[in-house]
Amino acid sequence: MTDATSEPGKGDRLRVRPYTLTGGRVRSMIELAIETIVVATNKAGRSRSELRAERRDICGLCEKPTSIVEISAQLRLPLGVVRVLVGDMVTEGLLNTNRLDLSSAASDGRPDQRLLERILNGLQTI
Amino acid sequence: MAFRRSNPRPVERPVPIPVKIVVAGGFAVGKTTFVASLSEIEPLTTEAALTSRSKGVDVAGDAEKSATTVAMDFGRITLGDDLILYLFGTPGQDRFHFMWDELIRGAIGAVVLVDASRLEDCFPAVDYFESAGIPFVVAVNAFFGRLHYSLDDIREALAVPASTPMVVTDARDRMSTKSTLLELVQHALALTTA
Repeated sequence: MTDATSEPGKGDRLRVRPYTLTGGRVRSMIELAIETIVVATNKAGRSRSELRAERRDICGLCEKPTSIVEISAQLRLPLGVVRVLVGDMVTEGLLNTNRLDLSSAASDGRPDQRLLERILNGLQTI
Repeated sequence: MAFRRSNPRPVERPVPIPVKIVVAGGFAVGKTTFVASLSEIEPLTTEAALTSRSKGVDVAGDAEKSATTVAMDFGRITLGDDLILYLFGTPGQDRFHFMWDELIRGAIGAVVLVDASRLEDCFPAVDYFESAGIPFVVAVNAFFGRLHYSLDDIREALAVPASTPMVVTDARDRMSTKSTLLELVQHALALTTA
């Protein structure tokens, strides 16, 4: 299937207008920050062969924990497109994210004391 | 009755928590070098498209390369199995503030990188982080380890209060940039316990 390619004879799917990949949608159903990390699920591994090329690429990258901004840079897709695609894939159970883990964030979304202490300890050992 | 399954479902991989620090400063002050000195990956660049909020921004007289997109460098530091720190190097000009609003949301804080011979380049960044109430440190990039002005003079010129940490750093040197980040995290920590 070459459904991501709109012009016959042009095999390079990056030539497609980027938002074609999202069906023209520019908003994700899920709020995803650029640093939000996603990881491929077991379901993603099982259904890999059935996925469209760009989704397969994202699942491949996310075998290791990968952030939205890294996916964008690695696959050379605009951040907005990655957000929509990843949002869909989270909803469909292909990717996991910890976006609901707000336990360690202060009310303004910044790291709280406990998390800052862990960051400090982590940084000291690099 | 899960225990009777012959093929137990493998557990899903855990998702680490992302945290971030913004490295801001004027053009060619050494932001990319700073990020590269600490990043475990080759720093990557992403092009953030201008959002609708910035449509009114006049970029006509500026460099063509930034007419429609803004390049943003970033690096990554794994701080443990479940904790990853991202560093974002971002242009310090006023017209990129729309980008900072998102970038700074949830951030530990910011490093404002300063070239002592072009102090005015960092004014927009200092103004922004001050008014947004974001923890930040001012890091004077000492190229070749030399600084022609005292930190006190620079502090006075920037009009930042004594409570804002100010350090000399060398963007090329990992130990130096690491201690700048430690300074920032300690500062952020002090503010939460204050």
